[in-house]
Amino acid sequence: MFEPLNETDVRPHVGEGDSMVAVSVRHLSLGYRDNPKALKDISVDIPERAVTAIIGASGCGKSTLLRCMNRMNDLIDGVQYSGEVMLDGLNILSPGTNVTALRRRVGMVFQRPNPFPKTVFENVAYGLKLSGVTSTRELEEQVEQALRAAALWDEVKDRLDDSALKLSQGQQQRLVIARALALEPQVLLLDEPASSLDPTSTFRIEELIYELKQSHTIIIVTHNMQQAARVSDCTAFMHGGQLVEFGQTETIFTFPVKRETEDYITGRYG
Amino acid sequence: MNDYSNQRGHISAQFSRELEGVQGELLNMGGLVESQIEKAVDATLEGDSLLAEEAIGLDTEVNALERSIDEQCARILALRQPAAGDLRLVLAVIKVTTDLERIGDEAVKIGRQAILLSERGAHDETGIKVRSIAMRVNTMLKAALDSFARLHVEGALSVILTDDDIDEAYLDAREWLVEFIEDQPETLRASMSYLWILKSLERVGDHATNIAEQVIYLSRGLDVRHLDSAKVRDLVS
Repeated sequence: MFEPLNETDVRPHVGEGDSMVAVSVRHLSLGYRDNPKALKDISVDIPERAVTAIIGASGCGKSTLLRCMNRMNDLIDGVQYSGEVMLDGLNILSPGTNVTALRRRVGMVFQRPNPFPKTVFENVAYGLKLSGVTSTRELEEQVEQALRAAALWDEVKDRLDDSALKLSQGQQQRLVIARALALEPQVLLLDEPASSLDPTSTFRIEELIYELKQSHTIIIVTHNMQQAARVSDCTAFMHGGQLVEFGQTETIFTFPVKRETEDYITGRYG
Repeated sequence: MNDYSNQRGHISAQFSRELEGVQGELLNMGGLVESQIEKAVDATLEGDSLLAEEAIGLDTEVNALERSIDEQCARILALRQPAAGDLRLVLAVIKVTTDLERIGDEAVKIGRQAILLSERGAHDETGIKVRSIAMRVNTMLKAALDSFARLHVEGALSVILTDDDIDEAYLDAREWLVEFIEDQPETLRASMSYLWILKSLERVGDHATNIAEQVIYLSRGLDVRHLDSAKVRDLVS
């Protein structure tokens, strides 16, 4: 299913290379009409096959940074980037990037589960069909594999032809994750993936994140600091469009270097 | 360096009050065990068994404070899920409380020996040794509690460095006491009481050192337990 990101991209992306860095952000700034300095000179190396959490107050730029990883900010009118976001040695912000191929390689899951108004099976098979899989057996195999990877198979294997909208919110969110996983992404972006879920569904998603990091690079934006502490290996703290501190989650939550980080995670006045 | 400070209030004022409350209670407990040790040592030196009973009696209050502080810490951990400096504060308070309670236990042991000594007959020469070590240990304990109250890393370091001197003074005094018993075997029973008292004082010094180590953990995030004092000095300087 390899699709090049641009004309110089010749490397198969699955299981290739020993690099410890999945995404390298270098001097990234971003602005648009309403917020000309949404991101200010951000440089960070996102480790491979690990969970990186981005935390910070509302409006600090954490979702904007996340959306740079798969060019979702292109949808904002008049958006302007400078700097680089390197994936597989390529700057994905460069104009020649095949954005569709990029979004296949960098999957995304949003705050509210957004399954298509189709069957459970069709939801997961949708992207596969678009990328040219036609054999029924192959589709069935890959749908099952994705649903198993999303820890949903046992709950829906007898309901594959039911509407996805009949599933619970927590199941719908895992279905959306399965839909992303079906395309075998390298990187999975999770934007507040559990904020609309009850505690049990939240813990299921967190457990799933732990399983998925064995094979995927995961970047999660969350307002829930305890969740960031529970699921992530590294944490980035952002404030006012800047990256204030990036480090091992354990360090950030026990002995952050910067006063601003300490104030935020301990709930103090800045 | 982002040294811990609880000066900047939390958005939740109630949370700030809870942390201040537990810190305040810990310092009260510290003051109580300080006076417990002082009373027990004075009882030894003055052969005052009533004062010794008083020191022993304070232990009920010390134990109650230990339970109360532990309960407050458990509640803060469960309900507030503290992070960073706040987490280190709660962890340090839990550990320091244990040390203070054990210092209280040493005061009880000293008090019991003081009662025995009032019956067996004290001897002045050994009393002088006890007084000298007790004064140093008391100063050390005060300094450890003061460094905790003010989050003063240098003060904590000086407590840790002092413990080596206390250990040496204890070994010297013990050696001296053995010779004293050889010279005056009729003092054996009383001398055994002094030996227990000296050992208890040496243990109080160890607990004061543990408290000082928690001050360094709380302020700097460094775990300096089980390191030799020169290494600790290099790490925090």
